[in-house]
Amino acid sequence: MAENVTPRVRVPKTAKAGEAVTIKSLISHTMESGQRRDKDGNLVPRSIINRFTADFNGTNVIDVTIEPAVSTNPYFEFQATVPESGAFAFTWYDDDGSVYKENVEITVA
Amino acid sequence: MRRQLLGAIAMATVSGLSLAAAALAADEDPKLVVNGEIEMITRAPAPEHVPNFSEVTSGWLYRTEETQALQMDDFENPGMLNVEQAIADFNAPAGPEGQSCSTCHESPDVLRGVRATYPKWDEEHKEVQTVEMQVNECVTERMKAEPWDYDGARMVNMSALIASVSRGMPVNVAIDGPVAPTWEKGKELYYTRFGQLELSCANCHEDHYGDMIRADHLSQGQINGFPAYRLQNAGLVSVHNRFKGCVRDTRAETFAVGSPEFVAIELYLASRGNGLSVEGPSVRH
Repeated sequence: MAENVTPRVRVPKTAKAGEAVTIKSLISHTMESGQRRDKDGNLVPRSIINRFTADFNGTNVIDVTIEPAVSTNPYFEFQATVPESGAFAFTWYDDDGSVYKENVEITVA
Repeated sequence: MRRQLLGAIAMATVSGLSLAAAALAADEDPKLVVNGEIEMITRAPAPEHVPNFSEVTSGWLYRTEETQALQMDDFENPGMLNVEQAIADFNAPAGPEGQSCSTCHESPDVLRGVRATYPKWDEEHKEVQTVEMQVNECVTERMKAEPWDYDGARMVNMSALIASVSRGMPVNVAIDGPVAPTWEKGKELYYTRFGQLELSCANCHEDHYGDMIRADHLSQGQINGFPAYRLQNAGLVSVHNRFKGCVRDTRAETFAVGSPEFVAIELYLASRGNGLSVEGPSVRH
């Protein structure tokens, strides 16, 4: 199992209705590609975050398939329009079956 | 006579820098403010013991706008991930008595100010100590655990944590009193030419800062930003590790990480940046 996996997101606290807000997300993860060999010549097993999603009030905003070429600590920055107050739900899916979740609320003034 | 001439050349280089710096960045006088709250001093009057500079400047000023921006927000500064790991280590018990850093130091924040004054004299051990040596003193003598590798991930992370809580404070390293002989030794090493290329630190960082070295801009070689997250290494680099890289680039056998020579150079270099803010973990190329 991957160690020291911590998700982080940055979402503005407030927005205007319909405004496109910038969202930044990062999860610390080794993202072992499965292509490397250890000192004894054995393949190091693949261990990556293979999917990242963001939903807003139950509607999907972004759904990313992540491949082994993505490097350590994958960082995604994207924009989303916010029609109303609510919560973003972020989810990261690990090869080992772990699912990491983070929820952040945003208020539309 | 010769010395006067060199002084004149150095002055000419200084005035040349302002032109180079103006061409370098769109914003001629960028301000380094981290998280919108920690204001950094990136230009300061040169300390008296640095006669060849009129102004000391942070390496941050020599980087591209994109790299500069990475350091201005902890979310984007990859070095802050290492700081997070060090916080976990700070609270993790080790050694036979199950002590941790937090047994004595309540939180990392109480170490605010430490980074700004190191390397400094340790009266108990009668030696000049770097932050890394001080950490290992705590690990071996207080916690009675095995010493950490001087340049290992744990140590670099911890030194980044210790630097991070002092960010914004001006470096204020003592050069007189018991540290004076070490400081003199560091100064001598700084001006000694090493390697097949016969280069001293001064040949690049004093005579040519602001100029290109291959595809990169030479800085004054200030160490206020260490440990630095180097994009080319995709990791945190300790200051002794950076020294090794520099000496290697002169095609010389390098001194070892943690060696008395590197401790002396670190003390001398830190003092050349007195007045600049502690920036570690900074982001560099």
